[in-house]
Amino acid sequence: MSVESQPLLAYADAGRIVAWRPDGPVSAPRFLSDVMRLAERLPAGGSVLNVCHDRYRFLVGVAASLVAGKVSLLPPSQTPEAVRQLKHYAADVFCLHDGSGDGIDLPKLAFPELAAGSVDVVPAIAVDQVAVVLFTSGSTGTPMPHVKRWGALVDSSRGEAERLAAVQPGYSLIGTVPVQHSYGFESVIMLTLQSRSAVWSGWPFYPADIVGALAAVPQPRLLVTTPVHLRALLDAGIEVPAVDKLLSATAPLSDGLAREAERRLAAPLHEIYGCTETGQLASRRTIDGPRWQALPGVRLEQADDLTYALGGNCGVRQALGDVIELHADGTFSLHGRNADMVNIAGKRTSIAYLNHQLADIPGVADGCFFMPEETAVDGVTRLCAVVVAPGLSAGQLRAALRQRIDPIFLPRPMMFVERLPRNATGKLPRADLLALLDRHGRSAP
Amino acid sequence: MTQTSNATSDMTALMHEVAAMIVTALNLEMSPAEITPETPLYGEGLGLDSIDILELALAVSKHYGFQLRADDEANVKVFTSLQTLASHIAAHRTK
Repeated sequence: MSVESQPLLAYADAGRIVAWRPDGPVSAPRFLSDVMRLAERLPAGGSVLNVCHDRYRFLVGVAASLVAGKVSLLPPSQTPEAVRQLKHYAADVFCLHDGSGDGIDLPKLAFPELAAGSVDVVPAIAVDQVAVVLFTSGSTGTPMPHVKRWGALVDSSRGEAERLAAVQPGYSLIGTVPVQHSYGFESVIMLTLQSRSAVWSGWPFYPADIVGALAAVPQPRLLVTTPVHLRALLDAGIEVPAVDKLLSATAPLSDGLAREAERRLAAPLHEIYGCTETGQLASRRTIDGPRWQALPGVRLEQADDLTYALGGNCGVRQALGDVIELHADGTFSLHGRNADMVNIAGKRTSIAYLNHQLADIPGVADGCFFMPEETAVDGVTRLCAVVVAPGLSAGQLRAALRQRIDPIFLPRPMMFVERLPRNATGKLPRADLLALLDRHGRSAP
Repeated sequence: MTQTSNATSDMTALMHEVAAMIVTALNLEMSPAEITPETPLYGEGLGLDSIDILELALAVSKHYGFQLRADDEANVKVFTSLQTLASHIAAHRTK
């Protein structure tokens, strides 16, 4: 194999298990057979919106698309507006699904039944082939594409596996996170392909589902999750089967929750830091303190009050949305986000984007989103919005917003006012917005 | 006949109780009475998202003593409306 390509699947010997399904393990030869058979059936379009719920089918869909030279598009949500914008980005996009595909206005391919087979040749994928395109909300209303090439994804996931000491033992990997987002794609899908891990085909959501998934696969087990799911799992008051490693990302984990998780689940807990633009950049074991260590191949540098990442999976120097302090020993600390960026339960957007979407709704005269003080440790703080829209009811405005933005960013509360508290320069002082929220809270039912 | 109307009033009482639990658990800006039996919990109705559902599942397990599961096909429909959630609770509650 030349250096200009990397194998689709690492450790592809006959004994390698790629996935666990409720009816048992999927071996590497069976997986490669499924990939080749699906690749032959994919329609002519060059881009795929893969919405398969089953993680094994999603994995086969991504792999078959790579083999067929197609790009997997991973938008942040599947709202009608997001799908419309996806068509604008790639006119030949089709949807691969394993449910109904309802509400997605694209040509569709239902994941087919694939006859059993065995293939032991591992396809080589060119390192400069575009594997996936992730999208974030741009500040102008048009989603920003982030192109990920195969070589950079492979290097990044091997760096992660090395850091987590998860290359060889063959972990059973259970993910509670969506695989259509950066963290889930890297730490569930890419980690399965490029370490010896085997992915659980289900998508556990409730605490009891996580327990069921853990019990369905052999040890050692790696749980890829978020602070929200971890909190729910620990609070559920149910017995959790042995876990050997925990991975969390999307939002900062408190030291208290990390300690409780390590104590009760008797497994080391590592956090990943990164963003859609750059992919994963660094990790830390949370109980060891606030300092992060860059993953192999990643370097941070600072200029003009901003921190830039080099390496990662984006291939170019990229400005980061966080305020970062670099230490002499090469580690770094995070000190919150730059003001315009919002991250709720792992979904990122900018206030500017949300304001643009709000202003675009017929009937909205003025309005803005803002983030209240974050009080919920390991919980989720919601955005607020203040709006001038005399002709619209709360229900109408909420329905219009739902067409445009991910539900997680829907404002709670949404306050209707006669005019916004703009100062002489037209700006909205944060203190005035918070005072408005405070008055609203006291008058609410 | 008496049995049926008892069952109906039990269900009405449970729906009131569940509506109050939803409003409290999620800090919603509404009174429980505004949630009708048919109000969709996702999308057009209350507009709850997956984080809310996780929060609500925790409240259900604490109040009614059973764990919700998503891999059971029947459970996908549980959060369709107040009525479907209350029926599911009635069928599975241990306290």
